[in-house]
Amino acid sequence: MRAIRTIARREFGSYFGSPTAYVLLAVYLGLTGYFFYSDVAFFVTFGAQYLPTALWRYVFIDYRLVTLLVMPLVTMRLFAEERKLGTIELLWTLPVRDHQIILGKFLAAWGFFGVLVVLALIPFSVFYWFHPFDLGPPAAGLCGLLLLGTAFIACGLAASTLSENQVVSAMVTYGILVFFWFMTWNEAVGNEALIRVLTLLSLFDHYYSFATGTIQTVDVVYFLFFIFFFLYAGLRSLQSRSWRGVA
Amino acid sequence: MSSIGTEAGSGSAEICAEHLHKSFGGTVAVSDVSFEVARGEVIGFLGPNGAGKSTVLRMVTGVFPPTSGRATIAGRDVVREAIEARRSLGYLPERTALYADMGVRDYLKFVADMKQIPARDVTRAMSWAMGVSGIEHVAHRLVGNLSKGYRQRVGIAQAVLGEPPVVILDEPTSGLDPEQVSDIRTLIRGLGDDKRTVVLSTHILPEVEMICSRVIILAGGRIRAVDEPRRLERRLRPYKEYAVRVATADDALLARLRGIDHVAEVVLEPGRPAERREAGGDEEAAGAGTRVLLRLEHGFDMRREIAATIVDAGAGLLELQPVVMTLEEIFLKLVGESGGH
Repeated sequence: MRAIRTIARREFGSYFGSPTAYVLLAVYLGLTGYFFYSDVAFFVTFGAQYLPTALWRYVFIDYRLVTLLVMPLVTMRLFAEERKLGTIELLWTLPVRDHQIILGKFLAAWGFFGVLVVLALIPFSVFYWFHPFDLGPPAAGLCGLLLLGTAFIACGLAASTLSENQVVSAMVTYGILVFFWFMTWNEAVGNEALIRVLTLLSLFDHYYSFATGTIQTVDVVYFLFFIFFFLYAGLRSLQSRSWRGVA
Repeated sequence: MSSIGTEAGSGSAEICAEHLHKSFGGTVAVSDVSFEVARGEVIGFLGPNGAGKSTVLRMVTGVFPPTSGRATIAGRDVVREAIEARRSLGYLPERTALYADMGVRDYLKFVADMKQIPARDVTRAMSWAMGVSGIEHVAHRLVGNLSKGYRQRVGIAQAVLGEPPVVILDEPTSGLDPEQVSDIRTLIRGLGDDKRTVVLSTHILPEVEMICSRVIILAGGRIRAVDEPRRLERRLRPYKEYAVRVATADDALLARLRGIDHVAEVVLEPGRPAERREAGGDEEAAGAGTRVLLRLEHGFDMRREIAATIVDAGAGLLELQPVVMTLEEIFLKLVGESGGH
């Protein structure tokens, strides 16, 4: 446990040792704030009544986009930088297991994501101050956002084990996530059964119910499976040094 | 079989490698490497670039497992008891592994926590490691702002942090200036004096000669020799050699030298022009004299007889000295014989 905590603390601290973290925080805060404002303006303009489907749904769907934009840039350095600096070789000779390294880095990225989410909740607080609302539906949306972001982190972490190049790591993450988003879009290519299977696998189809204020077990299970799958893939990728070497 | 000059697997060694073999895909990087390093021994790991030194060290340190064979550190299998083995190990990788965005003290604290040094001992352990590696006065600085020499020292400090019984250093003096190299060598010698087992991988031969009691020579992924440098010389050259410089050397002198007991061979040093042997009155040539090599059976010291014979022959003895092979010559001979590159 001490090793996981040590790695997580170092990694979390190193985020704030570079200007990249502050740029990402600013972009996330700026974009989520803008989307929240425009969604509220849309809600008021059209005189909508029901917050979960007419406001929170759009807010959390927009937050999804911003999270998709930012998180691969948060995770790209996790292992790619260790490989580039050669520090990964030192970690492998210290009394720590590979899964502890994975978990330490995962927690650090999750901590950073937590900071982003806290910032993204500021507009909610302001809105609540002027116009109190039922907290249940946005809390469900927040759960969905946390699960979605955690899934992005797991995917990005696995991608960052592949190369010492951070751009490669980020692009692989974008590629996988966008694929999981668009996989159900082209209904013409498959029959109904295939589309049903693809919908089961689609990352964002499992997010919509959270966005509208509903938490369904199947969606939670899907996200947990997605997270564990990519963490395990990252672990296996890290262990592949036994046949592909250190470089 | 690569366990030349030593028997691996006795179980009493601090580091033990048994028939290590590593291949990546179809490429064999290291084949049948066995060696042992005893407690308190400082051993040199020599080989040309691409010989497989780093691959062997990575298997021994547990970075990746061998394709076959096994290695132990302090009696612990580096694969099956990886965590326990690594607790006895300090390692400086070939590329000094440092986080440039951390302060020196923060970095060492991170390594101390990773090595699971008890919290109450961390401050003392860090002070000791910084003292040994001479970095106390840069402790407050960012690693990324240090010179290469100081970064290397920080790397060594992390390796010795927690006083592990086994320290493995991969090219510790690479890229340093002469003063820094001298400091690092003194530091490594100190580790040996402190009864720590040290493996020093390098391609700088004088470094090994100065610091190490034994050398392991690796070429083409195989061990070519494991021994003390002087014993290696004896194996590679089955005779003792003396170089004699005389003012004049004629056939009669050579014949008399051949007649001395235990002298197996007398040769004029190759490449000397004949006229210099006959120079006589030429002052410069006479000053240089003629160099004659005498090869004797091992175990006999015949210097007194050789000197007496030359003086008796009136040849003018200018110099008499034993000829020893340098480690460089030993290395080149071994690597050359094995077809190393």
